[in-house]
Amino acid sequence: MAVIEVKDLTYRYGIGTPFEKTAVDHVQLTIPTGAYVGIIGHTGSGKSTLIQHLNGLLQPTEGTVMLDGKDIWADKAEMRQVRFRVGLVFQYPEYQIFEETVFRDIAFGPKNMGLSEDEIHARVKEIAGIVGISDDMLEHSPFLLSGGQKRRVAIAGVMAMRPEVLILDEPTAGLDPRGREEILCEIDLYRKKTGATILLVSHSMEDVARHAEHILVMNKGSVFCYDTVQRVFSRAGELQKIGLAVPQITRVCAALRQNGLAIDENIYTVEQAKEQLLKLLRQKGVNRGC
Amino acid sequence: MLKDITIGQFFPGDSAVHKMDARFKLCMTLLFIVMLFMGKHLYSLIFGIVFCVLALVLSKIPFRLIWKSIRVLLPILAVTAVLDIFLIDGGDTVFKWHFIEITSDGVKTALLMVIRILVLLAGTSLLTYTTSPIALTDAIERLLNPLKKIHVPVHAFAMMMTIALRFIPTLLEETDKIMTAQKARGASFSEGNLLQRARSLVPILVPLFVSAFRRAEELATAMECRCYRGDVGRTKMRQLKAAGRDYAAMAVTLILFGTALVVKIIF
Repeated sequence: MAVIEVKDLTYRYGIGTPFEKTAVDHVQLTIPTGAYVGIIGHTGSGKSTLIQHLNGLLQPTEGTVMLDGKDIWADKAEMRQVRFRVGLVFQYPEYQIFEETVFRDIAFGPKNMGLSEDEIHARVKEIAGIVGISDDMLEHSPFLLSGGQKRRVAIAGVMAMRPEVLILDEPTAGLDPRGREEILCEIDLYRKKTGATILLVSHSMEDVARHAEHILVMNKGSVFCYDTVQRVFSRAGELQKIGLAVPQITRVCAALRQNGLAIDENIYTVEQAKEQLLKLLRQKGVNRGC
Repeated sequence: MLKDITIGQFFPGDSAVHKMDARFKLCMTLLFIVMLFMGKHLYSLIFGIVFCVLALVLSKIPFRLIWKSIRVLLPILAVTAVLDIFLIDGGDTVFKWHFIEITSDGVKTALLMVIRILVLLAGTSLLTYTTSPIALTDAIERLLNPLKKIHVPVHAFAMMMTIALRFIPTLLEETDKIMTAQKARGASFSEGNLLQRARSLVPILVPLFVSAFRRAEELATAMECRCYRGDVGRTKMRQLKAAGRDYAAMAVTLILFGTALVVKIIF
C-alpha cells in the first residue's frame, strides 16, 4: 500500500515575473506505508519544496498529491486533518518554539487537534519519553535549554500529533556527531512504536545510509533516482557527476578494493566495514597459520 | 506570500534622477511639498505639477509603478473629496436637495485637495523609487549633521535606520518561515473571533521577537569585533558628491519655488 502518491507534480513560483522558476518538475513518487526514505540532493534541488507539498503547505502548479489514495486538495476544509496526519519538521525547528513551558509547547499541536486534556497529557508524556526529555524538564522554559535539547522539544511537538507520516528537513543540521546520532535513533524509536512512515531530508550520506531503507535523489527539481540504499549507492559514478557523493566509508572500501583487498562492494556503514575487515583479517590469519 | 511585499520601493535605474545626490533630492522633495501646500489658488499648484512631471520624465520610472503606490490610497482620497464637497460651505450654491447643499467652494477645495495629494504621492514616491534606502539615510545623516553641535546623536539614529531597513526583508522571510512551521502544527490564523485571532498570533510573534533579539545580539557582537565605535573618526565608503546636475536641478526647483511664492503673494 502506498501512503503517499505524487503524480506529475510541478511547482513554479514567481509566475509572470522575470524571476519565474520551476522548483519541482514533473515528479512522480510513491511512498509505501511504513517506509523510511532518505531524501538527498543539493541546496536548491527542490527537496524542501517537494516536502512542503506533501502536507499541503504549498499547492501544486500542476499534478496531484494523494494521501491514502485521496487528493489532499480535493477538500480544502480537510487540509488541517492532512497536516495532522503528515507531520513536517522544518529545518532549525527550535526557532518555532514559543510557549512558556516545554510541556505546553509540545502540546500545541495536539491542542490544535482538539484532543482532550487527558489525551494530550498522555501523548506529551509518551513522546517526551521517546525523545529523552525528563519529567522535570517538561515544566522548564524551553528557552533555557541547550540547542540540541530545544531541537528535541521542537521535534517532539510534531511527533505528539502522532502523524502517520513524519517528514524531517535536516533534523541534525548544526549538531555534534553524538547529538545527531541520538536524534536519528529517537526517530527510529518513534517509527518502531507507531509504525509511521519516515521521510528524512539530509545532506549526510552517512546518516541516510545508516537509517533509511530507500533513497530519493533529487537533482534540479526532478527525481534523479529513487531506489533502495544499496542500488542508489552502487551508482556512485553517476552521483558524483551531479556533485553528490556516496558515504565516506564506501569510498574507503572502494579504494581498498582497488588495491587488491577482497572486500565486499556494498558497504555503506562503518559497522559493515568493520565486520568485513575483521573477517578478512581472520582469514588472513588462518592462511598464515598463526 | 509575504515575500512579495516590497518595502522601501527602490527601483534601480540609471537615469539622471537616480544619479543625483541624495541630499539634493531630499531638499528638493521638501521644497516640492511646501510648494504644493503653499497657495490656496489653483494657479499655485501648477508649479508643483511642473516639478513633478519634470522629475517623472527625467527619472524614466514607468508610470505604472507610480500608479501602484497611488492606487492604494485612492479610497482615502475619495472619502476626503466627498467630505470636502458636502461639508464646506461658501460661494455659490451649485446643488441643493433637502438638507444636502453643495457649494462652489466645496467643489473647489475638493478638487484642490485631490490634485494636491495625487501630485504629492507621485512626487514623493519618486524619491524612494530613485534613491536606495542606504543613500537616503546617508543623506539624512549629512543634512542633520549641524545638530551634532547640540549633542543630538545623529549618527546613531542614521545607523539605526540603516539597520532597520536592512532587516526588513530578513524579518519578513523569517515570519514566513515561522508561519508555515506553525501551520504544519495545525495553527490557523484566520479562524474565530477577534480575540482568538489575536491569540493565534502569539505562536508567530514570540519566535519572531526571540529571533530578532538573537540577531540584534549577534550583529552587535559582530560590529564590536570589527571595532565599531560610533562616528568618531569614521569615514564613508560612499562619498556624497554634488555635481553640476545637482546644482542645475536645485536652481530649477528654486525658480519654481520662488515663482510659486510670488504667485501666492499676488493672488
